[in-house]
Amino acid sequence: MLIRQKDDVRSSDITAEAVYLSRRDLIKAAGIGVTGAVISGSIGSRAIAAENGPVGKIMASVTKSPLSTAESPNTWTDITGYNNYYEFGTGKDDPSRFAVDFAPQPWRVKVSGECNKPGNYNYEDLVSLHALEERIYRLRCVEAWSMVIPWVGIPLASLVNRFEPNSNARYVSFKTLHAPSRMPGQRRRILDWPYVEGLTMAEAMHPLSIIAVGLYGRELPNQNGAPMRLVVPWKYGFKSIKAIAEISFTRKRPRSSWEQAAPSEYGFYANVNPQVDHPRWSQARERPIGAGLFAGKKPTLMFNGYAEQVASLYTGLDLRKNY
Amino acid sequence: MQIDTSLSNFYRLTKPLILLLGLLPLLILMLGAFNITDHGLGANPIEKLLHELGRWALKFLLLTLAITPLRRWTGWNWLIRYRRMLGLFAFFYAVIHFLTYAVLDQGLDIAAIAEDIVKRPYITLGMTGLSLLIPLALTSTRGMVRRLGRNWRKLHRLVYVVAIAGVWHFYWQVKLDTLEPLFYGLILAVLLLSRWRPRR
Ligand code: HEM
Repeated sequence: MLIRQKDDVRSSDITAEAVYLSRRDLIKAAGIGVTGAVISGSIGSRAIAAENGPVGKIMASVTKSPLSTAESPNTWTDITGYNNYYEFGTGKDDPSRFAVDFAPQPWRVKVSGECNKPGNYNYEDLVSLHALEERIYRLRCVEAWSMVIPWVGIPLASLVNRFEPNSNARYVSFKTLHAPSRMPGQRRRILDWPYVEGLTMAEAMHPLSIIAVGLYGRELPNQNGAPMRLVVPWKYGFKSIKAIAEISFTRKRPRSSWEQAAPSEYGFYANVNPQVDHPRWSQARERPIGAGLFAGKKPTLMFNGYAEQVASLYTGLDLRKNY
Repeated sequence: MQIDTSLSNFYRLTKPLILLLGLLPLLILMLGAFNITDHGLGANPIEKLLHELGRWALKFLLLTLAITPLRRWTGWNWLIRYRRMLGLFAFFYAVIHFLTYAVLDQGLDIAAIAEDIVKRPYITLGMTGLSLLIPLALTSTRGMVRRLGRNWRKLHRLVYVVAIAGVWHFYWQVKLDTLEPLFYGLILAVLLLSRWRPRR
């Protein structure tokens, strides 16, 4: 079992969401926000669960990582109320509303394929052996918006090493849980469930790739992919698969869900690249979430600003063809 | 005539009411956008505005197109009195939808907007719809209706093109979940088919 401390103790070196509590959250806490909530509730349904401020158990002994960005993170409300997670609906506020009862624990992960240690692992056995790190990463969605998110997680490489992939393993593929009774979005065939994603072994072993299990020093909220999800910050958000139930090592390149759904629009690599547009919209700029109505867009950076660390993974690869 | 004056009183009363109702969606969005209580428009307020305004433009277009079949089915000819206002609301919401895109979303970057209009088929379609609505709005006055005579009806058939462009624009803009634009498309199809009469 993960040893968790009670809410009254917190490790002081992790990012406290209270620091980022904005004026409007305080106003809301005082109950003045009710009219606004009622009015806008009539425009479109709102993310009730996300509105009440940080929830979830505080995680013990999380250390800061030098790989974090210095940019200040988005609010808890934005990160947990504006999600693309089609397993819980295609609207941005669907996940926060329909993942409330998801109950991620107990959780098991099936590991298979080209490795020496396949099997069914408990969540605790997978995560508790590793030191938790806070990684504040930029997230760039393929829809041309972006956030900064204080994840808590473990390096994917250290997890992968425990399964001892053999020399045939060229790719790692991941699958999300398939449980339409608990994931109502899976009752409509928007995508070919379960969601599948994959990385090359080199990408998976890269120090920036993590398995996230927390947010803002707390256990990962259901709408953000609880209990464990991938985070690959130099790729578009859809690569960072949520609620991982299966990990497999393969010789052949897995076909990811969005690639299957629209191969001309979404590729296997999906590296953030301002020079290669989505067929229907430009990827040159992005809208930073939380900047307000008049902030404008900002330029998107190659590999989402992580070029220095990851560009060498792709030398010789035509990124226009391998989008 | 006696009946006529009471009827025109009725219109005098109900028209402002409908005017206010038509402005209500905008008012609610503005409250969300500028209220200090905020979060009314959520994490991505520009997208929210853009989407809500676009949907209202389409809803008013479909309402406008519903008047004629409704008249036919119910015999309520007085409905025609409200059609111009509904059509102008469609135009009004399409214009602020476009302004939201041009000013808030694109920051009035003319080059980027021009590139979008040329390169992105769904924007091309939206722009086509909006451009065609302009002559319709300009010729919606009583004087223009009279002046154009039979040509007025011909010109205003363009509204069918606008509605198709609007729904198609919506459909092409969606990432994968096409349920909602298809629903609008279904309503439009019903409204268009209801106009079709086999030749006698
Ligand atoms: C007859 C005129 C128009 C109608 C009826 C219309 C309607 C719509 C509708 C229904 C949506 C989708 C809303 C949603 O997803 O909830 C939409 C989205 C959008 N429209 Fe329009 N529109 C029109 C004209 C325009 C014009 C002239 C432009 C710009 C030149 C434009 C740009 C956009 C953009 C950028 C989006 C959102 C795309 C995104 O979020 O990815 N539209 N419009």
